[in-house]
Amino acid sequence: MTSPPARPPAEPDIAPVPDRAGHFGEFGGLFAPESLMAALEQLAKEYEAARHDPRFRAELDELLRDYASRPTRVTEAKRFGAEHAGGCRVLLKREDLAHTGSHKINNVLGQVLLTKRMGKARVIAETGAGQHGVATATACALLGLECAVYMGEEDTRRQALNVSRMRMLGAEVISVTAGTRTLKDAMNEAFRDWVTTVDYTHYCIGSVGGPHPFPMMVRDFQRIIGVEAREQVLSLTGRLPDAVVACVGGGSNAIGVFHAFIPDGGVRLVGCEAGGDGDAPGRNAATLTYGSTGVLHGMRTYVLQDDEGQTLDTHSISAGLDYPGVGPEHSWLKDTGRAEYRSVSDTEAMEGFAALCRTEGIIPAIESAHALAGAMRVGRELGPDGLILVNLSGRGDKDVATASAWFGV
Amino acid sequence: MTNSAVTTAFAKAAAQNRAALVGYLPAGFPDKDTGIKAALAMARAGADVIEVGLPYSDPLMDGPVIADAVYRSLKGGTRVKDVLDTVAAISSAGTAALVMTYWNPVDHYGVAAFARDLASAGGSGLITPDLTPEESGDWPRVSDEYHLDRVYLVAPSSPQARIAAITRLCRGFVYAASLMGITGTRDSVSASAVGLVARTREYTTLPVAVGLGVSTPEQAHEVAAFADGVIVGSAFVRRLAAAPTPQDGVAAVRELTEALAVGVRRG
Repeated sequence: MTSPPARPPAEPDIAPVPDRAGHFGEFGGLFAPESLMAALEQLAKEYEAARHDPRFRAELDELLRDYASRPTRVTEAKRFGAEHAGGCRVLLKREDLAHTGSHKINNVLGQVLLTKRMGKARVIAETGAGQHGVATATACALLGLECAVYMGEEDTRRQALNVSRMRMLGAEVISVTAGTRTLKDAMNEAFRDWVTTVDYTHYCIGSVGGPHPFPMMVRDFQRIIGVEAREQVLSLTGRLPDAVVACVGGGSNAIGVFHAFIPDGGVRLVGCEAGGDGDAPGRNAATLTYGSTGVLHGMRTYVLQDDEGQTLDTHSISAGLDYPGVGPEHSWLKDTGRAEYRSVSDTEAMEGFAALCRTEGIIPAIESAHALAGAMRVGRELGPDGLILVNLSGRGDKDVATASAWFGV
Repeated sequence: MTNSAVTTAFAKAAAQNRAALVGYLPAGFPDKDTGIKAALAMARAGADVIEVGLPYSDPLMDGPVIADAVYRSLKGGTRVKDVLDTVAAISSAGTAALVMTYWNPVDHYGVAAFARDLASAGGSGLITPDLTPEESGDWPRVSDEYHLDRVYLVAPSSPQARIAAITRLCRGFVYAASLMGITGTRDSVSASAVGLVARTREYTTLPVAVGLGVSTPEQAHEVAAFADGVIVGSAFVRRLAAAPTPQDGVAAVRELTEALAVGVRRG
């Protein structure tokens, strides 16, 4: 295999997709109650202005560097690659080392600065695994904003550590008892809050989903992952990876690491969805694998839905991937063939979790363990000449109770 | 093109110097038959237009009363066909029926197929709380083809340009959301409703009906002074939900309708 010469990281114009109304091909757009339209238009305008404002960029860059500890490192997982990924060379992008323990802080710092810029005093968020909630609570504490986080009751139970962290950081955690009591229902409840309080509240969506401009804006705030990683991989190995692998729930860490590589046609982009415990309806959260096109939470995208367009229940061992929709840019990447999406079962994910713990001394988030399991498969396909970049999107402290129960330790 | 049943109903109310009374009930709640009986009782007791809610798994714009009712309706197995049957029962009794629906079920059914089946059930059109004019796709053309009304919402936060664009697309009436919030009863009618109705009238001659938070005859009377229609939803659903038997629920809906029908009279 020949290695292309090292070159500077791609900085493609980030405008080609979406269009001005937020469409990624047929996906995305803006399906929202009229009450929110003025706020969404204001947000799009403010974001556009902030994006071109050197002071905003400087303030965000400083926070990302001095507060969130960016750039995060790239670590080679030698034993993991040798023993579990077919001898393939595996590099980990260490978002687990960012402040608060996941990539979520990248987006939150951007949105919370925007909130201040818009003169709003309150931030709300939805959270599944609690990582986005913790990041939001953190940024609000830092910048002196009121914070409320909606979390499904089921998730408050399985991610209890993060509930305590949020409360310690001064946020109000609101347990949602509607529906399946997971991420989707938390998002419904956050929208209901926002419709009522939009005058003084910003809804800090944690994924690359929701109505325009969220999918684009969150993507832009997260793409730093891939911009850094591309340069790091090049300087470490002198070439681009054969594959970039990330887990996909709503898809923010995946878009973040994929985006800078989109122009690199030879780099496979592999998204790993939550396959849960089977392909039956309601037993997984693999939206791009089993879903069909629909409208959910303000966007047109792939949705897990029944024959009448009712959203299906989902299941995943990972609270952060337990969501029946997906960011519209992923739907676009799937349909254009630029990215591929695979379903990774609970069991495979927990194998990836254990493998990383025991070969590298790193306890990953169960979300990220789906990417590790995906990398194990891709690595075996590529063999010893292969080079894989895995986005290790978060650390697993929050998951020790779930993992202990799973492994019976 | 002939006037829709909704247009006729608003014109009749105006001729009688009152606001039109628009009542909402979700189909299939507490069960399909009781839902139909309640809607027919509503029509006989003085409702001019009935909104039949199409139960949806993720009702973002609804407060707990309606969200719980549609959840129970879906758990009971309600399907689009049951919604259309409910519409057919109301329209055959001579009352205008609109379907209130989030967009995904229509999108999934197919906009043209939904319009065809709604029209053949005698339905007058759709109220679409999460559809923007920008994302309406084939709906304007298809609704023209089947002579269906298109009711979009305007909100207190809507800038003038959006009110202009929305009212251009509306047919039947314009739904003015009285306040920034979700469905549910409130103690008083929001002050923002008067201003919103006035701003809306700058752009359209269509009737403007006010909904969200209107539940009592007194509130209906207050709204009737400045709007062409009064929309009541959660107050009906709450009575159906609280009734010990289906018959009691239907009776409670009838009583509230009678009281509201007095409330919407002007002067």
